[in-house]
Amino acid sequence: MTTITKAALAGLATTFCVETASAEQIDVGLLLPFSGVYAALGNDIEAGFRLGLDTFGAETDATFEVIAEDTEVKPPVALAKARKLMLQDNVDVMVGIVSSGVLGAVRDMVDGAGVPLIVANAGNDEATGVDCSPYITRISFSNGQVNRPMGTWLAGQGVEKVYTLAPDYAAGRQMIGGFVETFEAAGGEIVGQEFTPFQQTQDFGPYLAQAKASGADAVYVFYAGGEAISFVKQYDSFGLKGELPLYGSGFLTSPLYVAAEGPAAEGVIAAGHYVPTIDNEANAAFVQAFEAENDRLPSEFAVHGYDAARALIEATATGAADRESLAQALREVSFGGPRGQLSIDPATNNIVQPIHVYETVAGEDGLTQKVLATLPAEADPANGCEMN
Amino acid sequence: MTHDAGFWVLQALNALQLSMLLFLLSVGLTVIFGLMHFVNLAHGALYALGAYVAASVAGAWGGFWVGLIVAPIAVAAMGVVLYGGLIRRMRRSGPMAQVLVTFGLIFALLDLTRIIWGDVALASDVPALLEGQVRLLGVDYPAYRLFVIGLGLAVLAVLAFVLGRTQIGAMIRAGVDNDAMAACLGIDVERLFFVVFCVGCALAGLAGAVAAPLLSVTPDMGLQILIPVLIVIVIGGLGSLKGAIAGALIYGVVQTFGAVLAPQLSSVLIYALLALVLVTRPTGLFPAKG
Repeated sequence: MTTITKAALAGLATTFCVETASAEQIDVGLLLPFSGVYAALGNDIEAGFRLGLDTFGAETDATFEVIAEDTEVKPPVALAKARKLMLQDNVDVMVGIVSSGVLGAVRDMVDGAGVPLIVANAGNDEATGVDCSPYITRISFSNGQVNRPMGTWLAGQGVEKVYTLAPDYAAGRQMIGGFVETFEAAGGEIVGQEFTPFQQTQDFGPYLAQAKASGADAVYVFYAGGEAISFVKQYDSFGLKGELPLYGSGFLTSPLYVAAEGPAAEGVIAAGHYVPTIDNEANAAFVQAFEAENDRLPSEFAVHGYDAARALIEATATGAADRESLAQALREVSFGGPRGQLSIDPATNNIVQPIHVYETVAGEDGLTQKVLATLPAEADPANGCEMN
Repeated sequence: MTHDAGFWVLQALNALQLSMLLFLLSVGLTVIFGLMHFVNLAHGALYALGAYVAASVAGAWGGFWVGLIVAPIAVAAMGVVLYGGLIRRMRRSGPMAQVLVTFGLIFALLDLTRIIWGDVALASDVPALLEGQVRLLGVDYPAYRLFVIGLGLAVLAVLAFVLGRTQIGAMIRAGVDNDAMAACLGIDVERLFFVVFCVGCALAGLAGAVAAPLLSVTPDMGLQILIPVLIVIVIGGLGSLKGAIAGALIYGVVQTFGAVLAPQLSSVLIYALLALVLVTRPTGLFPAKG
């Protein structure tokens, strides 16, 4: 009897505490595109984030109230939504942002208001470089980071001459820039380079003929989303894969798009920070749980959301509950997740993570990713970042 | 970089292939406009719908060829719905209202495809018959791209015959030239418009089905193709078959060779040409009305 009463009282007390002690409830603003060109990414990140909260929620006393807002991938819309989350909903922390353009738009406001932001996709190098902020922690990747290790690796494979292609915008240039920097340092030669009009290029045929005529040993590209699908299919249709192997940044054959690319993606080798076939326990658990809930394999975008939730939980487990302490705690998180061992670089607030080189191969049910090499984690150069 | 003759043949085929895809799309739009002065901005969205229908039909009932036939029919059926529900009422409301309504329709159709098919891109494979490359004029060229060129030319031939040599073609030309006079002569211009509108929609669906294995089937594919199609029509001149094919060829050539010869300028070139045409020949190169 007494035990039951005690338990009941304890239960009552807990409920009471949760309701009154606002410090225990963390309001999370989820700022993602649920419409527009990146809607598929936004949905994957949200699914990963909610799964992360469910999986690791027990590790902290805090509870989470998630308010999701649609950025529509439009900077002005995102700015208005961020303002709403910060001022009206009074959130303790914001998570999300797919497009670097949107990140650039909200950066100053987030920094000025001192609201911690966990970046769950946008890879612009400057966000953790010149424009870094103690309130902005990136759990996804930076454009240079994903590609830099690949330059050294590819040169090590005996590839000497490379032709590069990417869409003509900041991410395209940073991705290719990262690769070129290390590839040339390792003795490789870039025999041709082209940047195609971003989201205006339907037909890559002209560029593919150029690449073929360039005398390169291989082609290295960055394309994402619809452009990646068109590119991979057209590359294969010209029969180039045999004579001119295709390498790229991991997004090229992302698990999110590989089904649409079909057999054309077979044999493409890419460097990415996550594929569902990474061999570790945390990943096995993640893939199983994600698949059970969403009926598809997780992409790198889903893992961004999942790890963002994990980072947030780790931060609250240290007792951080308000904006200032959360921002500080987020900079110090470190854990072994599906991607391997992750930490935040205190100099830039960017994630430090291993990069996986993988080949897309035919598996039992559809295409799968075979990890060829795991390249050690390296912190990005500070790129002019000065934390205050 | 040195280029041999094969390189230029390859690029010429690339240009022709892009031209034919754009021709399939622009011819429907331009004839609809020529006949009834109706700007249907939702044409691009119908093309996306065609690609989605073709990709899902090909996936579910096996075969690209089934998709290639079903998609134009499905999109034409959508055209019937749009015509009955919306466009017939908008006929007398002036170009601005029409542009606004069809512009709104773009987003409605875009969200409709998102709701039905989701945000993740669909798979669509090249049919087995057209896999691989064919040796032509000294270069290996993808068989599927040759099929696109052939299909474009076939559609061009059929349309040229129908418009130039048949009675219904004469009626359409009369309607384009002077619809009031054509109506006086006993031609049911409204019914003619309905037929042309449906054929235009079917061609958009056909273009979508053809583009699906070539490009990516994503909800925004219709928005991405709309601007090139409008450029083709403005350069070629509104309302004429000749204008549509000339505009499409010019666009394909400028875009392809621009990308090769002046890559830094490639995204500007076509717009510069558009501006030039608008200044010197405001009605386009081959307008339907002199």
